[in-house]
Amino acid sequence: MSGTRAKYQKVAYYPGCALEGTAHSYNRSTQAVGKALGLDLVEVKNWNCCGAMEVKNIDPKLQTYLSSRVMSIAATEMKMDVVMAPCNGCYHNLKKAEYDLAHDAQSAEVVDRLSKKAGHATYRAGQVETIHALDWIKHGIGEEGLKRRLRGSLKGLKVANYYGCMYTRPRHIFPEKDQGPGSESTSKPHYMDDLLAVAGAVNVDFPLKTACCGGAHTLSDSDTSTKLVLNIIRAAEAAGAEVIATECPTCHSGLEMHQVRAEKKFGQATKVKIVYFTQLLGLALGLGPKQVGVHENISDSMDFLRQKGIA
Amino acid sequence: MTPLPDIERRLASFIETQDLHVEDAYELLSLGESVLEQWVAAKGLEPTRDTREGFRLLALHRQGCTDEPSFNACRETCRELAYHYNLVTLEPQHADTAQRLRMMTLVANHLYLFVAGKMQVHGLGDFCCASRPLRQEAATDSA
Repeated sequence: MSGTRAKYQKVAYYPGCALEGTAHSYNRSTQAVGKALGLDLVEVKNWNCCGAMEVKNIDPKLQTYLSSRVMSIAATEMKMDVVMAPCNGCYHNLKKAEYDLAHDAQSAEVVDRLSKKAGHATYRAGQVETIHALDWIKHGIGEEGLKRRLRGSLKGLKVANYYGCMYTRPRHIFPEKDQGPGSESTSKPHYMDDLLAVAGAVNVDFPLKTACCGGAHTLSDSDTSTKLVLNIIRAAEAAGAEVIATECPTCHSGLEMHQVRAEKKFGQATKVKIVYFTQLLGLALGLGPKQVGVHENISDSMDFLRQKGIA
Repeated sequence: MTPLPDIERRLASFIETQDLHVEDAYELLSLGESVLEQWVAAKGLEPTRDTREGFRLLALHRQGCTDEPSFNACRETCRELAYHYNLVTLEPQHADTAQRLRMMTLVANHLYLFVAGKMQVHGLGDFCCASRPLRQEAATDSA
């Protein structure tokens, strides 16, 4: 077993706020897939918000501190080497905090001061490695390992893989990406494509994989968000997709909600289903639709998946 | 420069039609450039005539990112537009040309929606999550 594969067998799990609310099906399916694959998730004790968008907009260094606290708990209290964050926002913020602490003395000073005030160990850059759920499965199990564990198949389901804007941006906080064969690409990410192809999906050629879904302005400027989402959905449908696979709770709920809103507000009905990649993997691993939370999605794909013989 | 409402109308007509031709790739690329020209000009700059990797579109995007890291969120959209332009114009007889043009239309439309939304929400403020004006305001308040 390679060093990375061994390291990812047991990781600290940082679900983040969204996975306890609107993205509960992502939480459920991530844990179920981990169990089915024999990968251990140990939830970060007493975790806090990563700083999300709200804190970052007002005080970026406070966001760095909040993310550092999560990593500090994983490193010093739990003695873990790896933190896995399935949410793109959390993943992005922890990576950004890691970068800031390694490169900005002022950030390190603020984090040290706030950590002492809060009474926990100060996180030092490099104590843990933050990964996404895609990295976890791709490197913790790999395509061959996944293939061996499949109990079913996605049976040629046509999938547009949508990664969103935070999984790859900004490039400098993801030094492990763009490192040649085997590594993730920031311009054309492919980890989700790779895993779902092994599970029997047919990935369509989808040019808006990392395009903005307007998630940050979903409340303050809903019409723009709806138009952006509608355009993404139209592109997926034009590419022949039956399903858009997601790996970010903000993107996922935005796609689901604005798909409904596009029909109500603009009379633009679309049919494509929105499903987390972990739900699709779970079904291919032989888990039931309820075990992966299909019933918890707003985008109702239960009948569709049954008709396809997948659920 | 083509005004944004005109760009929107033209893109909408491309989206509606099923009858796309190879020559439309030139106009779609040009519409993309027009969108970025609007953004650059709104920032008080003269839109560049330079090219990057053979495309003025990519040079305009680069120019649009000046002091505006969040504008990088449309980098891949610009590159996809250039990529589809190449696909269509270098292989006009390809069986997938109609589909590639359809995709190019939606990619161009996404660029328009992103940039127009960005300009609309806060004048020239930030559309996506790196809301620089808010941070600047906070920094001013605490000074």
